[in-house]
This record gives sequence, C-alpha cells and structure tokens, in this order.
Amino acid sequence: MSVTLTQRSDVTVTRSELEDFLFYEAALLDAWELTEWLTLFAEGADYWVPPAGSSDDADPANKLFYVADDYFRLTERVKRLGKKAAHVEWPKSRCRHLVSNVRILDGTDDSFRVTSNFVTYRSKNGSTEIYLGHHIYTMSLTGGDIKILKKVSFLDVDNLNDQGKVSIII
Amino acid sequence: MSAIKADTIIEPYVLENRGQSLFQVNRRVFVDDKILTLEERRIFDKCWLYIGHESELPEPGDFLTRDVGGRELIFVRSQDDVVRAFFNTCPHRGAIVCREKQGNEKMFRCMYHAWAFDLGGKLISRPEDERYHAEGGDDIHDLVSVAHLENYRGLYFVNFDEAATEDLSSYLAGAKEFIDLTVDQSEVGMEIVGGTQEYGFDANWKLLAENSFDGYHGMPTHTTYFDYVIAAGGQLGDAGTRVNEIHDLGNGHAAIEYGGPWGRPVAKSVAGWGEQGEADTAALRAGLERRFGKERADRIAYHNFNMLIFPNLVINNIMAVTFRTFYPQAANKQHVKAWALAPKDESKIMRQRRLYNFLEFLGPGGFATPDDCEALKMCQQGYQNLNYTAWNDISKGMGENSQITTDEEQMRVFWREWDRRIQGAEK
Repeated sequence: MSVTLTQRSDVTVTRSELEDFLFYEAALLDAWELTEWLTLFAEGADYWVPPAGSSDDADPANKLFYVADDYFRLTERVKRLGKKAAHVEWPKSRCRHLVSNVRILDGTDDSFRVTSNFVTYRSKNGSTEIYLGHHIYTMSLTGGDIKILKKVSFLDVDNLNDQGKVSIII
Repeated sequence: MSAIKADTIIEPYVLENRGQSLFQVNRRVFVDDKILTLEERRIFDKCWLYIGHESELPEPGDFLTRDVGGRELIFVRSQDDVVRAFFNTCPHRGAIVCREKQGNEKMFRCMYHAWAFDLGGKLISRPEDERYHAEGGDDIHDLVSVAHLENYRGLYFVNFDEAATEDLSSYLAGAKEFIDLTVDQSEVGMEIVGGTQEYGFDANWKLLAENSFDGYHGMPTHTTYFDYVIAAGGQLGDAGTRVNEIHDLGNGHAAIEYGGPWGRPVAKSVAGWGEQGEADTAALRAGLERRFGKERADRIAYHNFNMLIFPNLVINNIMAVTFRTFYPQAANKQHVKAWALAPKDESKIMRQRRLYNFLEFLGPGGFATPDDCEALKMCQQGYQNLNYTAWNDISKGMGENSQITTDEEQMRVFWREWDRRIQGAEK
C-alpha cells in the first residue's frame, strides 16, 4: 500500500517506507536518543497524549490531556528528560517500544495520516508498566524526507492507576 | 516483603515537643495495615469527603459513578433537579447497578435481574413483581442513599456517618475562605473542564497529603519545571506579590499562600502571553475590582495557594486550578483523581492558556507531578528501613516567630488532626 499526495502525483510513500520510519523512531526512543528523535518532527509539530479512553477526535482545547505539547514544549520536554533532575526518569527507565498494524489512513494536498498500534514497556526499580494503544501520525514529505507534523498517542486503557504517569515518550 | 512485625506496638504515632522545636511522625503509620483500618473507621467513615462538582451534573438525568472513600457511588441530578448520592449496589443481590462512568438516564436498571430504579432511587419495576410478598417498609428494595450529601458553593461532599452532627459548613471552617477565593474568579460560576485524570502509585496516601502543600520541596524536586518556566518567558522572583504565609484553617485544614513566577489565567499575565495577555488579564482584574474592591481583587488575581481540606481534598489554585482526591488501596498504594476547574465564562484564548498551564506542571504527563510521585515512592521504599530509622521530621519553622510557606506548620496541622482522630477522640 502507498499514498500519493493529491496534488503531487510524483510524491509517493509506501507502507514499507513508513514502517521503516516508525521502527527507527521506536529504536531511538528505546535508546533514549531523544535529541535525534526530535529531528523526526517538523518545526511547529505537535505531540499529544489524550486522556485514557478518548476517541480519535479528542481536542486539548476542551479535554484534560496528559500531554498536549506544541513544538516549543516538546523541545523543552526533550531537554528536561536529558537532565538528571528529571527525577522520575533518573536513573533512566528501560523501555521497549513495539509497533505494529501500520496503516495509511488518508492523504491531502501536502500531508498524510498513518496509524499504528503500540505496546510500550517501561521498567524501573523492580516493576514494569505497560502502555498500550494506537498512534495517529500526520506526516509530510519534504525533500524526500518524512517529517512528523503531529503525533497523537491514544492510550487504550481505562485509567493510569497501574502506570501512574506518562513520563516517557510512548 | 516488609520486615515489619504485625504485632509490633507502634504508638506514639506523632510526637510534638514544642520546647525542643521538634515534630516527628512514626514511619510505621505509612506501612501498617492496622493503621489503614483505623483510618478507614475513624477518618474516611467520619469525615466529609469530596464527591464532585455541580458542573459535572448540569442537566436532570446527568449522572456519574465514582468511588469515594472505598465506596462505589452514583452521583446524579434527578428529574426533580435535586442532586443525590446513592450506593451503587442493587438491593436485590448487590450487583453494581450503574456500570457507566457517566451519562444521562431516566432510570438505572440492574443487569442481573433487571430491577429498575428511578433517579430518586425508588424501585419502579422488576420482573414478576407479583411474586414478592415481603413486608418490612416501603423502601427496603430501593437504592440506599449516602447518609449525608451537602454542597458548599458547588462543591459536593458526602459523609457516610449516620450519626454525624457537624454539617459541611461547620466542618469546612476556615477552608471556606479559600474556596470562596477560587469560586469568586467567575461571576457566573466555575466548571470542571475536560474530565477526570486518574492515576495511581505505590506510596501511602498521607505522603501526597503532605506533598500537595509542601513549599519546601519546590526548588529541589522541580528544578526542571522552573527551567521550563524561565524558557517560556516567566521570571523567577517576579512574584507579583510578597505574600508568604501559612494558614491553619481549623479541623485539620491548612493552606500556604504565596506569589509565583507563572501566569495565572484568572488575571496575572507573563511575558510569554504577550501584550494580548497583559490586556486580557487587565480586563479581568478590572472586573474583579468592580466586584470585590482592589485588595480582594489583587488577592484573587495574584495569590497562589495550595490547600488541603482534611483528610484528602486538595485545592491548588496556582498556574491553573486543580482539585485532587487520593485514597489508599493499601498502606503502600493510592489512587488519585484530579480535575481542572475554570470559569464558565472564560474566553477561548484564556481557556487555552489555562489548560496549557495545567499540563506543563500538573498531571501524569506534566513536568512536575511525575517527579513528586517518584519522590513519594522513594519515601515509601525507604520505610523498609524503619526498624533502624523510625521517624519522619516535620519540624521546619518551629521556634520561629512567623511561618513561611517553605516551613512545615501546614503539615503539622494535618498530622495533629490525623493523630487526634486516630487516637479515637470524639469531635
């Protein structure tokens, strides 16, 4: 499967290329290479984690999200997680991001949407937390490079009673 | 596994020695199941507990289900516009009657044998009703109401104690002043915005009671948050006010009141909000001055406070307003519910600033709350060593002529009331 941007018959991306991209993203997150991870995003991109059980159209303007970062705050989040004083992630937790069920949803003039299912394991201090759900990415192709315009990570859980926080990038 | 012996005698729980300016809490109160049982009986079964806000039930038929103090409750606005609280348990076999988190209904019907109840709790139908001949009062097959449900300025509280003699207003005592300072942000009323945050972690509930108004931990625990505030255009030291006080509000309630570097959507701008932010907040301050005069308007606009209403309702009126409750699931585990409160008539841009502010500090994905939870987990883990190091120190500020918000008198207020109730003292 592939998507062709509606106004640009010469710009096409395949699912296989998107999987490579998402697997690379997961590898960066597993390795805590967050500065490099941030380069996958276009300037002005958003990163959202809506509350547990949200529908796909959840909006941080009227819902109390866990994370609703614009590009500035996402940059600050990456800076924070690089510091020893980000206590919840120091010493660093050990994470494993599993990504599957990658599908291209639709395309517009200059962007397209991709969804994937995820299970992310976070281990620290003798216990393991499980985050599961689905991502919806809005992406662009600029100069042949895939860039993330928006990443929304929907947690398909009832609440965070077992996880306690969203202190990692899921 | 804990190395603590179940039969160990642990009293005293709280030691206060004013002569030596020393206040200590026995670490066993955070780990002992017998203490947890005493807390259930003498605190959560006796005190007024927050259930929800009137704005969560705007229309007749609106309901939500919520666990409060270890009970499963239905919180509902009935067709007659009366707000009620029921135990969410079928009088027939005990099943949970209402299984949705929230919604709007004309009746509740139990899934098991289809007994149906109106929103006043009355049994209205059941299959083969003609085969019931029990006598014993008209109401024995109705939903059971919580003993007491009262509200103060839109905040609803329950009390499970049939014999309770103290009404909510008297129980809240000095805390009412700080509820007023929050609710008075809007002329038309406040509302809960965007649902409930629910999260849990492995630490005793009293640790979060302390942490929620601990002014001493701010800088060391949250240095990465303050780095962010500066990057976002806030100025440390730009407090907007020099207030720095601790208030004993009676009945175990206490608050700290202080200036802060962040913007407050009620009416205090920061550089990051630009000229528009300054204009917006100036207009809001003018409205407050018209309603309350300058002194009180400035207090509403500029002053931050963190308040604990005993035992476990936190109202933090800071860069946003949050309500928070937290209940023990075990001595070493708690579940937290948190909400954001905002003026109903808030402009779209200010609401955006408010929610943006909320998330930067508060909640499971914020730049601060996860570090608080980590600190409390580390305390709980440290109590494994309590046979060798048995006492928490809560003495900061004792012996001083006045208390500042980085002192610990507010926590001593909490602990004195906790100890009084656990020792079985009657009100």
